[in-house]
Amino acid sequence: MSTTTENTAPAPTPAPVVVLAKTVITSWKAPVAFLVFTLAMFALAIFGARPGDTTFRLSSPADAIQLPEVVVPSAPTVWVVAILLAVVTIVSAAMVRAQKRVPLWLIVIFAVLFMFGFLTWAAAGSSLPMIGLLFGSLSLAVPLIYGSLAGVIGERVGVVNIAIESQLLAGAFTAAVVASVTGNLWLGVIAAMVAGVLVAMVLAVFAIRYLVDQVIVGVVLNVLVVGLTSFFYSQVLVPNAAVLNAPPRFERLPIPLLGDIPIIGPVLFKQTIIVYIMYVAVAAVYVGLFHTKWGLRLRAVGEHPQAADTVGIKVNKTRFWNVALAGAIAGLGGTFFTIGTGIAFNKEMTAGAGYIALAAVIFGQWDPIKATLAALLFGFASNLQNTLSVIGSPVPSEFMLMLPYVVTIFAVAGLVGKVRPPAASGKPYVKS
Amino acid sequence: MSDENPQKPAAPAPASVAPDRATSEAIEPPSRWTVALREIATGNAIISVLAVLLALLVGAIMIAFTDENVQKTAVYFFARPGDTVVAVWQSVSGAYSALFQGSIYNFRRPGFEAGIKPLTETLTFATPLIAAGLGVGLAFRVGMFNIGGRGQMLIAASVAGWVGFGWDLPWGIHMIVAVLAGMLGGALWAGIAGLLKARTGAHEVIVTIMLNYIAYYLVSWMLRTPGLLQAPGSSNPKTPAIKEMAVFIKILGPQYNLHFGFLLAIIATIIVWWILNRSNLGFQFKAVGENPNAARVAGINVKSMYVYAMLISGALVGLAGVAQVLGTVTTGFSSGIDAGIGFDAITVALLGRSTPWGIFVAGILFGAFKAGGFSMQAAEGVPVEIVLVVQSLIVLFIAAPPLVRAIFRLPSPGSRQKRTVPNVTKEVAAK
Repeated sequence: MSTTTENTAPAPTPAPVVVLAKTVITSWKAPVAFLVFTLAMFALAIFGARPGDTTFRLSSPADAIQLPEVVVPSAPTVWVVAILLAVVTIVSAAMVRAQKRVPLWLIVIFAVLFMFGFLTWAAAGSSLPMIGLLFGSLSLAVPLIYGSLAGVIGERVGVVNIAIESQLLAGAFTAAVVASVTGNLWLGVIAAMVAGVLVAMVLAVFAIRYLVDQVIVGVVLNVLVVGLTSFFYSQVLVPNAAVLNAPPRFERLPIPLLGDIPIIGPVLFKQTIIVYIMYVAVAAVYVGLFHTKWGLRLRAVGEHPQAADTVGIKVNKTRFWNVALAGAIAGLGGTFFTIGTGIAFNKEMTAGAGYIALAAVIFGQWDPIKATLAALLFGFASNLQNTLSVIGSPVPSEFMLMLPYVVTIFAVAGLVGKVRPPAASGKPYVKS
Repeated sequence: MSDENPQKPAAPAPASVAPDRATSEAIEPPSRWTVALREIATGNAIISVLAVLLALLVGAIMIAFTDENVQKTAVYFFARPGDTVVAVWQSVSGAYSALFQGSIYNFRRPGFEAGIKPLTETLTFATPLIAAGLGVGLAFRVGMFNIGGRGQMLIAASVAGWVGFGWDLPWGIHMIVAVLAGMLGGALWAGIAGLLKARTGAHEVIVTIMLNYIAYYLVSWMLRTPGLLQAPGSSNPKTPAIKEMAVFIKILGPQYNLHFGFLLAIIATIIVWWILNRSNLGFQFKAVGENPNAARVAGINVKSMYVYAMLISGALVGLAGVAQVLGTVTTGFSSGIDAGIGFDAITVALLGRSTPWGIFVAGILFGAFKAGGFSMQAAEGVPVEIVLVVQSLIVLFIAAPPLVRAIFRLPSPGSRQKRTVPNVTKEVAAK
């Protein structure tokens, strides 16, 4: 990172107006990262050239509006993409030299181009169902998005929520049991939210009342909930599986008109109600955090609890109830594992989704929209692996599965951008 | 540690009160027994014991509630409550005596040699827990949270395993090389997190969690790729058996599973104790852990302390992985070799309050839970996950001493005992 200071106020004589020094911070991280990926694409074009055409199927047979299939020759397309990537890299380098920031749209263009090139290479000689790929990505991302919303609220109010994993798991468990017993899906959803709130309240009590390190409570809660749910699963659910663990499922609910839009219609608007609630939740958390009194207070408590206390906000009360709210959101996300897909509860079925949601929170810079996008990226990476393993990809599936975690490390290490947590996140507030 | 924080607000007594107490105590000093009892009741040891008891109590409730006989008898509880009580007693005592017999001493087996076998099993289970717990605890002392035990164990196990089955070296040397290589692997894997924290400020919790997944997928891939870790001529994702030259010897003879790794764990405990309490490095570690800003002002290179701490921490966690492949599972391992020890180590370190000998004792306790948990599942049909619940509850209770004190109505340290004589100030007394 290079810092250039344009000192426009050298004035040796007393100046009537004080002109502050203007600092433009430019970073070579983006061009360097671009260069690495561009070289990787050239390497694919030169050393990994694969014959055949790549077919992108843009609509499924059930869609109202049928789009034609896009067929591109694999090897030449990879070359074209690599050259375009090189152009973008040069443009970004030129911008940094001219002391400008690399704009977001350039990064997006680069990412889309790279992904197109990679898919063309990986799926050479076969056809790639784009709808299925994107639909599956969104599905896999649903619990991650709910979890990351919970994480964003928690950290913004000053409580690190490592216990997202346990809230998801508790939600999945109670949703399955309650929905199986009552036969009512909505009771299952409510029970899951209550379970999430209960776990969150334990976290809040220990972190706020007893001032235990929040990361420690979170980790221990994760172990505790795994133990509890697995114990009751083996001891109670397995012997009575037909009564207690045969959850009904939310049916898909196509939205008229919107669902008929090519590509995005079937991906976004032919989902279950849990996904639609998620759209609302993302928007509500975003608007709530940045455009309401509630959000302002919440952020004040997370950034500077002393200041918030001074103006009369009850810091610990705000923290307690917002952590509970976050628990409800994470619990709701947990329903996706069982009644969202109609799968019976199983031991440790969340399989680390809570930790990935936590990564999405940090990757998304504690912003609900960016965290959602990060979660979608993780969902896409895992589903890409599924899709590529079906059509037979040249990359070992483990490396595709590894990708989101590698990307997160790069993101956290600052290659993507400056990551700054809420100032008081993780620190208990003791009124003095 | 965090558990001391709650006491801070209570500790400084208001200055105006102090003379009062002095006079009232001068009038009638509390007896020596009262003082001793108060010290015991407010100490850390009693909190730990009570936390274990509370957690076992919760476990007992869970066992009782899910027991079939208890459920049957509970239906006619109001007609014959005795049946329910008997059923509860049978389920709980059965489970906990199985836990004891599976972890300490089995009375049903003839002779001392066979009876004591469960205790050696406990120590075998405790070996990796102690090693990994030391690693996590050392990082705690430097103010870092190494949650990446799983990844470090997997990498260490792979490296040690690869040396163990792939190389040919004389007896003794082979084992030493394998141990050192495994520890180096764990150290380097953890060192990534330390380096990133020092250089870019990346939070080690996130980086180590991510490294867990990366290590898992990396090792899974190596395990199913011929020529790397996969056993030749096999299609299973499993390594070949470790060569005899590299396997840890059984230190109590072939009839017990306890292996040389336990001695290594004891040595590691001593070394960590020495580092933390006697060495210059340990002093700097603790200074950084207490207050990094103050340490920096005092001239300590905080960033390199982060890297060194993660390297040592990773090496210790790596030792746990090495003990698994060279001691416990020597017939070839798969990607589940870490057996959740990386996460258990966190609770071990918390229970041991990040002190080396505390971790040693905590590791043995959790080893006992593990050994006993399996025999409890086999004998009484109580799922082994109950052990997870009990363990995590123990840690939760220990982390919050005020909660335990509130439950048992113990006095808090530094609090004044109830006044038995009227409070007479100097001015009043002078009249």
